[in-house]
Amino acid sequence: MEELVLRFLIGGAVISAFALLGDVLRPKSFAGLFGAAPSIALATVGMTIARHGKEYAATEARSMVLGAIAFCVYAYIVSQALVRYKRSTMTMTLGLMPVWLGVSLGLCWILLR
Amino acid sequence: MRIEANLWALKQTTFRQHATRFVLGGAVTVAAGLIARRWGPVIGGLFLAFPAIFPASATLIESHEMQRKRQIGRDGRRRGREAAALDALGASLGAVGLLAFAVALWRLLPKLSSWMALGLAVVAWAMVSGMLWVVRKRS
Repeated sequence: MEELVLRFLIGGAVISAFALLGDVLRPKSFAGLFGAAPSIALATVGMTIARHGKEYAATEARSMVLGAIAFCVYAYIVSQALVRYKRSTMTMTLGLMPVWLGVSLGLCWILLR
Repeated sequence: MRIEANLWALKQTTFRQHATRFVLGGAVTVAAGLIARRWGPVIGGLFLAFPAIFPASATLIESHEMQRKRQIGRDGRRRGREAAALDALGASLGAVGLLAFAVALWRLLPKLSSWMALGLAVVAWAMVSGMLWVVRKRS
């Protein structure tokens, strides 16, 4: 339980910090880089290494490579969809989330099973 | 194009919006840990690259742009979507940097100290994302 609380606090703080950077920086395309910052990894890798060791953390990082490819595909599709369709950003970003899940799990199934 | 910090944007964000991002970020981090605990590091690792805060940030950018346009009496929906699309394009470049971070961490963790590997992975993220952004701006 203690670990989960710690994860929550560190995760919330690190992700908020990167989001704040994204808020204040201009131009918007540069600020967008911080929307894909390794915030969850930075918040958790230290704890993962302390609890499970470096080998376990390296295995997670290998899978993260696939998650990052999926993020790239997802964000690009969102950017194109926002220009082409008159839907709100909330609808587009959440509605297209299955793209991230599908690509990451698909790549994982193909490459790491 | 110059990179600038617009601190006025901080005043536009309400306490509730900050709190929402904190709770969302914390919840996603906890969820990533629980997924790794239940299904192991191979599936859990995918969620280290989950677009945790991207939907909330892009939505916030859209609402700030709409607010600005409405202050001068215009309907800012189109401009809001365009700003969010630019942010999303930046995020897709940042995701390539995220890929560089993950590759560096995966390869360096078994060879170097944890902090050294993590530090070099952050450098890889910053360099790759920054270089891609510069190349895209010049092309």
